[in-house]
Amino acid sequence: MNVLELKNLGIQFGGLHAVEDLNVTIREGELYGLIGPNGAGKTTVFNLITGVYKPTVGSIFLCGKDITGKPTAEINRAGIARTFQNIRLFSEMTVRDNVKVGLMNEYPYSVFSAILRLPSYRKAEKAMNEKADKLLSIFDLGDSADLLAANLSYGKQRKLEIARALATEPKLLLLDEPAAGMNPQETEELMSTIRFVRDEFKVTILLIEHDMRLVSGICEELTVLNFGRELAQGPTAEVLRDPRVVTAYLGE
Amino acid sequence: MSFLSYLISGISLGSVYALIALGYTMVYGIAKMLNFAHGDVIMVGGFIVFSFVSTLGLNPLFSVLLAVVLCALLGVLIERIAYKPLRSATSLAVLITAIGVSYFLQNVALLIFGSSAKSFKSVVPIGEIHIGTELVISGETVVTIAVSLVIMVALTLFVNRTKTGKAMLAVSEDKGAAQLMGINVNKTISITFAIGSALAAVAGVLLCSAYPSLKPTTGAMPGIKAFTAAVFGGIGSIPGAMIGGVLLGVIENLSKAYLSSQMSDGIVFSVLILVLLIKPTGLLGKKINKKV
Amino acid sequence: MKKKLSPAFRDKLVTSGIVVVFFALCLILTAAGATSNQFRGLIVPIAIYIILAVSLNLTVGVLGELSLGHAGFMCVGAYVGSIVSLLLGDVIENGYLRFPIALLCGGVIAGVFGFLIGIPVLRLRGDYLAIVTLAFGEVIKTIVRNLYIATDAAGLHINFTAIADMDLDPDTQKIIVNGAMGISGSPRDSKMWIAALLVLLTVVVVMNLVDSRAGRAFMSVRDNVIAAESVGVPVVRYKLLAFSVSAFFAGIAGVLYSHNLSSISPSTFDYNLSIMILVYVVLGGIGSIRGSIIAAALLYALPELLRALNTYRMVIYAVILITMMILNNNEKFKGKLSRFSPKTLLDRMKRKGGDRI
Repeated sequence: MNVLELKNLGIQFGGLHAVEDLNVTIREGELYGLIGPNGAGKTTVFNLITGVYKPTVGSIFLCGKDITGKPTAEINRAGIARTFQNIRLFSEMTVRDNVKVGLMNEYPYSVFSAILRLPSYRKAEKAMNEKADKLLSIFDLGDSADLLAANLSYGKQRKLEIARALATEPKLLLLDEPAAGMNPQETEELMSTIRFVRDEFKVTILLIEHDMRLVSGICEELTVLNFGRELAQGPTAEVLRDPRVVTAYLGE
Repeated sequence: MSFLSYLISGISLGSVYALIALGYTMVYGIAKMLNFAHGDVIMVGGFIVFSFVSTLGLNPLFSVLLAVVLCALLGVLIERIAYKPLRSATSLAVLITAIGVSYFLQNVALLIFGSSAKSFKSVVPIGEIHIGTELVISGETVVTIAVSLVIMVALTLFVNRTKTGKAMLAVSEDKGAAQLMGINVNKTISITFAIGSALAAVAGVLLCSAYPSLKPTTGAMPGIKAFTAAVFGGIGSIPGAMIGGVLLGVIENLSKAYLSSQMSDGIVFSVLILVLLIKPTGLLGKKINKKV
Repeated sequence: MKKKLSPAFRDKLVTSGIVVVFFALCLILTAAGATSNQFRGLIVPIAIYIILAVSLNLTVGVLGELSLGHAGFMCVGAYVGSIVSLLLGDVIENGYLRFPIALLCGGVIAGVFGFLIGIPVLRLRGDYLAIVTLAFGEVIKTIVRNLYIATDAAGLHINFTAIADMDLDPDTQKIIVNGAMGISGSPRDSKMWIAALLVLLTVVVVMNLVDSRAGRAFMSVRDNVIAAESVGVPVVRYKLLAFSVSAFFAGIAGVLYSHNLSSISPSTFDYNLSIMILVYVVLGGIGSIRGSIIAAALLYALPELLRALNTYRMVIYAVILITMMILNNNEKFKGKLSRFSPKTLLDRMKRKGGDRI
């Protein structure tokens, strides 16, 4: 089954075509990479998929359902979660609460139940805490659960962002430069984490990355963007051998 | 009174709002802060002229000049003491500090001059002007409009043509980049506060000449309305503040004349709400794209 | 697993403990006749300002949206509450029966206002939101300043021009709202213990709300609205919830206010009052409910108790306000001096509590 389909997707800012005529199909369980030089429009594609920007043309399908132009929160509830290139945590909240925000739609209870501390509140909170702690321990954040997110180290903040995204139980996880700022050893670790996440949580993953070791190491398929347009598409090894891709990255 | 005379006095009131709004908007553009104490500088300007003219018997025009200079200095002083230490603080912290400065100015004036209204002697030397049989325009109205026009033209030229003016634009665009280009950011901010406060002093004198009663709280309501005018026109935009101020004055005066004098403040604020709901950054405000 | 009180729960216990002890002391001392007239007169207003500060903190501190219109919601509550009491005056003579109805009506209608104003307003952000809430507060004030309500044998009369335009029956007329003169003759139902109880209610409800799914949604909006949307938080819905709850309690405070004085005037509810409450919230520590309580009680009572220094007290107050803001927010001073400031002491207490409540 196709988890994500982008059809003829495009967006214009003023006169600038930031993304144009993009077609991508991602199958269930795939680890898909979106690469390209700086300013190629990769993050814009993420913003289009998650509804932060509305596309000027084209459409987006999640598991066959049209989600084009839907609000961000609704798209998340439909099954897409993401991380951000410049980490966006709830920095003045605890690590556990960051994850619990992600869990809120799964464990609903009414405002009155919260104010009066009814059993439904206690039950949902208990379940939420257990689930949050489980997620945190998977990402090695168990000891930091009561810290403020702002006080985490950079690497742990990146992990927390992934944990928070997974808390919403997405079908598709978008990772925006997960290895940015990491040293080779941390990147190595991240690669196995990403594979583990895919297998453990049964999610399909689309990631933007500059680190070619990571891309060639874990991505099965690639789309290369250049100036907002598709430059190449296909299995990773083939795409990376494509002379046009090499030129785009290294210049003539 | 005819529609025309309401309109003209509305433009006059609006020009005063515009002068005050210019101070708000320039300071907002450059320091990204709502200078709540700006309205109280109007009152300080009024009291300076009042003391010089009524108590010391100085020449009115000379007193106005002195008031302008003193208020400009006051503006710089306020920025240096209260706002400068908070450049990197949250906007809420700066807002509360500005409120503190406003309390301070009002209550010092209260200590010196007491709470009862002083009657302000108009500094405008011309009398009423009769046009035809119907239309009577007060000298204050004429002078207010004329002075405001001159100031607005001068300010526009200053900002767009002079090096200092361009430095102000640069700092309001990007403080860090301006600094890297060799612009003295502190000096530019000081100049902005000086100009804004000088304009407030002029506005204060004009306002008190037209509505001759002066209290420690005199500046508060015009200040809030001018602030409204600045937002109305698109805060940060100089032409926006001028248009916003004049429009607000006209709306206020016409609604006083034709709808209800009791309701006019409510109507003014309702118009502001409507404008912001339709155009969330004001009439001439820049659209802010969210960056992810 | 070891059974331990959660930090959030402990924090709530301490905060409500402070409220209970403070008001219990006030009530006991008063009952024993050990309090001065002036002090007794301060207790209900202190309760009112605590409720206002705690409820404003929900919008400003927890949700992170600057509102300068809190006095407007208080005004709605005060008016609705008094009107209800005056209309019910002949029907229900027992104050203990009538007052809860007035409180509920005042709170709910203020909450509805919060909701209705919130729908358009919450699309705006930051300074624009601040100025529009200020404008709404002023609009509400202008409307009630021009509001006239009276009853006579023919029933209820409402207009926006003058009582004289109503052609009231002189024998049975009863003026309820009199334009710029406001409302006089509301029953003095705001008993000290009721006010204390309402403070406790506000504090518990707000803290329970903050320590729940809704509260986390508020804070996520405050910390990073784009990330909040990306994990499925319906931002608008939660903004409206916070805004309405905040307005509801401002309304409750308004009802308490109007039933504590023999008359209320519309000019009380201007933006200066909103700003004063905001000052309490900021000085108490943004987002800290306990801080709001302490700041509101201290900052309201101090100038009143310093009336002897009358002429200088507001100047001193202003200087202290500016100094505290600079000391607490300037990088240079922060480390050195703020150790001694009340906010840091509060922070330390909070840190012990472990949670931002």
